[in-house]
Amino acid sequence: MHELGVVFYIIKDVKAVAEENHVDHVSSVVMDIGEVSTVVPHLLTDCWRWAADKEEMLKGCELKINTIPAVTYCDNCKKEYETVKFGKTCPHCNSNNTWLLRGNEVEINSIVV
Amino acid sequence: MEKVKVIEIKKSVFAENDKDADNLRKELKTKGVYLLNLMSSPGSGKTTTLIQTINRLKDKIRVAVMEADIDSDVDAIKIKEATGIPSIQLHTGGMCHLDAEMTRQGLDNVALEDADLVVLENVGNLVCPAEFDTGAVRNAMILSVPEGDDKPLKYPLMFSVCDLVLINKIDVMPYFDFDLERCKSYIHQRNPKAQVIPICAKTGEGVEAFVQWLLTEVNAWKTN
Repeated sequence: MHELGVVFYIIKDVKAVAEENHVDHVSSVVMDIGEVSTVVPHLLTDCWRWAADKEEMLKGCELKINTIPAVTYCDNCKKEYETVKFGKTCPHCNSNNTWLLRGNEVEINSIVV
Repeated sequence: MEKVKVIEIKKSVFAENDKDADNLRKELKTKGVYLLNLMSSPGSGKTTTLIQTINRLKDKIRVAVMEADIDSDVDAIKIKEATGIPSIQLHTGGMCHLDAEMTRQGLDNVALEDADLVVLENVGNLVCPAEFDTGAVRNAMILSVPEGDDKPLKYPLMFSVCDLVLINKIDVMPYFDFDLERCKSYIHQRNPKAQVIPICAKTGEGVEAFVQWLLTEVNAWKTN
């Protein structure tokens, strides 16, 4: 739901990096988006198209998304499992003493110029 | 063929906002102003809860309110009329949340030298506001009984970033399938440190506990 806000942050960061590197046009931006990051990839790309085309430096620039699978770690049985399938409760030992190992990333991986 | 170059960034999109938020918190500490970020769904009773709370607080500490909404100024007017304290309205321009920069712009319009506590009433939404640190000292949220006791399971991030959860509209609990103990256990599953205070903003039940929580918090922020 907050994809447009996220897009504005990406644009700000990408422009700053491009300017530091004396680049006048960016052809693509690669994002790492975790499965449970609450960012919906197709909405992010929709918002991106609308907002990026308003920036001279980012006209036509493509947003590529790497999805990072979410993995949860169980402190009781020391095993990992798929977060999306099982949620907060460990499928191995039924414990709730678990925490997210990865999968909530909203990161700019790199830009292609 | 044009030369292609890849520049590695590897940086969280929220990193910049987190930095802004930390700076804002430091400035507020210097000024002795406590900022509370209050979040909830639309219609959970944020404004009514604030009016009840402020009327009990305003003789003890100086309070100001910033109302954030996508549009209209009904909340800011309601607060001002019902409590007489300074209240300003922020418009997010269609955005579903506030970030640290927007919070700072709002605070520029509040007389901070005349405030001990500023309450930021965030946009009604259980998803997006949880992602963005506003620079507040603490996050609190209101969950109202008609929304259901399963909300901590459905919006885990919101409950994991909140230091305090107010459960509002407890007067209508008999009419809804809401189990207070079950709700508390769901909240503590997500966030073992969260404090839970059941209230009814309409009748004032439980509001005093929230008032005491705020007084202790503000006092600790100003003295430590």
